[in-house]
Parts: sequence; structure tokens; C-alpha cells
Amino acid sequence: MNDLMNRRDLLKLAGMGVAVFVSGTTVRAGGAAQMKNESFYFVQLSDTHWGFNGPNINPDSQGTLKKAVAAVNGMDEQPDFVVFTGDLTQTTDDRKIRRDRMAEFRDIVSQFKVKTVRFMPGEHDASLDRGEAYQEFFGDLHYTFDHNGVHFIVLDNVSDPMAAVGDKQLQWLKSDLQQMKKEARIVVLTHRPLFDLAPDWDWATKDGDAVIDALMQHPNVTVLYGHIHQEHHHLTGHIAHHAAKSLMWALPEPGSVPKKAQIPWSASEPYKGLGFREVEAEAASARYNINELPLSRG
Amino acid sequence: MKNVMIFLIAASVGYLHQESVLRSSTGKAQSGEQTIRISASTFEFTPSEITVKKGVPIVLELISRDRHHGFKLAEFHLRADIEPGGTEKIRFIPDKTGTFTFFCDVFCGGGHEDMSGILKVVE
Repeated sequence: MNDLMNRRDLLKLAGMGVAVFVSGTTVRAGGAAQMKNESFYFVQLSDTHWGFNGPNINPDSQGTLKKAVAAVNGMDEQPDFVVFTGDLTQTTDDRKIRRDRMAEFRDIVSQFKVKTVRFMPGEHDASLDRGEAYQEFFGDLHYTFDHNGVHFIVLDNVSDPMAAVGDKQLQWLKSDLQQMKKEARIVVLTHRPLFDLAPDWDWATKDGDAVIDALMQHPNVTVLYGHIHQEHHHLTGHIAHHAAKSLMWALPEPGSVPKKAQIPWSASEPYKGLGFREVEAEAASARYNINELPLSRG
Repeated sequence: MKNVMIFLIAASVGYLHQESVLRSSTGKAQSGEQTIRISASTFEFTPSEITVKKGVPIVLELISRDRHHGFKLAEFHLRADIEPGGTEKIRFIPDKTGTFTFFCDVFCGGGHEDMSGILKVVE
């Protein structure tokens, strides 16, 4: 019995429905089994904020992303692809520095063994120039792609500095969904939460309700996002929303403190709260098993 | 030339002040409106903490000193865009006591996440 089967058994035992969350390193199922089961896995990294400088928050700001790349490259079996859910770089008013940071980021992630790497912007990348520099380096702000029976929709809720998807993109989304069968397996990748997680902390999308309304027509939809720098899971109807950790700094749980602030670095627990995740997708059953991985000291 | 500029600026400020006074002297001002001016700049509101009385009508006068900012006070369903060179006015009556956060909801740069303030509503 391979590890994939072990997780399925755990899923049944836990009775959690759409996902099961396991900590620690896993051993991948073999390639042949992947094809047979139509399952695959990919890695989600988020909020790398390349260019950030704050020794009290992350004294290894120049090394954290590189450690994550090395960790992914060190996995026993390589993922089918890697996706970054926004805030690739730390924002700056300086047009040249913004582009320098994007170029440096692109150079670092070119070191992945896996060559399919998907990107989307966060507000740090795209809000000050409405995505101009981002598009020069990483392409479209929103797009779709398909992989092994799953339809991925990348939504941009950041290039509008008011955190809106906007009518034009919303119409594009609806047109795309109309072309999909009702039972289609759909994964939405975006930066901000589409629901009102903590509007006072700017953890929301202005017209997220309209996006969710459009997605509700399909029974097999899962949303993966970033922005809040921590693992978080939420349901809006049948749609599961899963936030990923950051690779630069952690933030407190929504509403847990009066004022949102970066969590300082812990010398006794370096990289605490930072990490990335692997997502095992089982297209046939529309299940997404999420495995949160810490960032080792490397 | 410099003196002319100073005069023009002073005249403009005087006009704005007069406009504010005129507005305050009519309509709701008669029922005891309290006017509070809040200045937005990267990445803070000044003042960042304001205290008002429950039931007393409030006029918030919002200005930006540098770039496009937003003002959102979700608990009272209030928001405004604040552009340099203009004054946005928001009228409301605080109908509940407590401490409420207002924040900039237009991404404005590296300190955007810290750009917030507190409204205290007391009896």
C-alpha cells in the first residue's frame, strides 16, 4: 500500500469530505499509479515578498525563497507544476527597483527542477502600476489552464488597488465557466480571499461575492489563495477556500489582536509560521489533499 | 512672487475654512454637528485616534497629502476615496459605542497594511 492509499484511508476515517491535512514529509505515489488514478500533485508557494528587508521579522530574507526552491527540488518525486499565489516581490514606488526585484525573483525560481511554474500577482506586485511591470515579467494577470482533468482559473484581485476583480474580468470568468460542464473539476487560484475574512484588515475582495456567486453553479470548486500569511480553511457553501503560508513573514490569526502586525522572528524557532504546501489532486473524486510543509533550516 | 504665492495659499486655506464654516452653519450644523478633519498620507491617518459621542452627528473631512488613499469604516458602512487636492466629506451619526478601526482600502505602498486608525464612540 503506497502513501497515496494511506491518505485515502485516512480521508475515510476522518470523514472530512473535501480535504485532509497532514503534517510532515510524504512519499509520493509512483508515476504509473498517478496516471492510473488520474491523480497528480503540485506545490503552492505564496507571499515570497522578494526585496523585503526587516531583520527583526526575517533575518534570512535573502535566503528563505532559495531554501524553498531547494526544498521542492529535494522532493523524492517532483510535482507536476509549481504555483505562486501572489506577492512575489515586496512593493516599491521605484519603477526600476520593482523591475529589479522581479528579475531577481525570476532568476531564483528558474532554479526549480520542474519547469512548469505558474504565477499570479499580489497587490505588492501589481497594485501601484496596475500590473504593468508584472506583465512584462510574468505574463497575463488572469488566465486559465488545464491539467489532468482539472480546470485551473487564475483570478486577479489585486491589480485594481481597490482589491476588486472588476466587471470585465467577472464577465470573462462567467464566459469561461459557461464553457465548462457543471461537474467540471475547478480550482481557482487567487491572491486575496474571495470572501470577507477580515475586511478591517484588508483581507477581502471588494466584489468577491459576485465571483463566488458565479462559481456556486459548479459543485466541484476549490479555491487556493495567499495574502494572509498563514494556513486557513473556510467554506462558503460547498466551496472550500484554503490560504497558504508565506515565505517571508507570518501574520496573526484574523481578529486575534487589535492591530494586524508582522510576527517577529523567533531565534529559538526560526522560520516558524513560514512554509509551503503540496496539493495532491484526485480529479476523479475532486479531492485535494493538502500537506503543509515547514521550511527547514536548510 | 513668493509673497503672492503665500497670499494665494493663505486665501485658499481661508476659503476652504470659510466654506467649511458656511456648511457647518447651515443644515445639520444647527443640530450640533461635529466636524473632524482627517489627513491621509503614506502611511498614516492624522489624527489616528478620534473620540466622538454617541448620537452626535459627525462630519469627517478627509484630505490626502500625497496620493490616492481610501477611507473605510466598515462598522458604519462608510468609505471614501481620498485624492490629493480635494476634500471628501462623510456625514454619519454614530449610533453605537465601542472602538472601531478605520483603514486605507486603496493599496498605497509598502506601509499600506499599517495605515489605520481608531474611532472611539463614547456615551
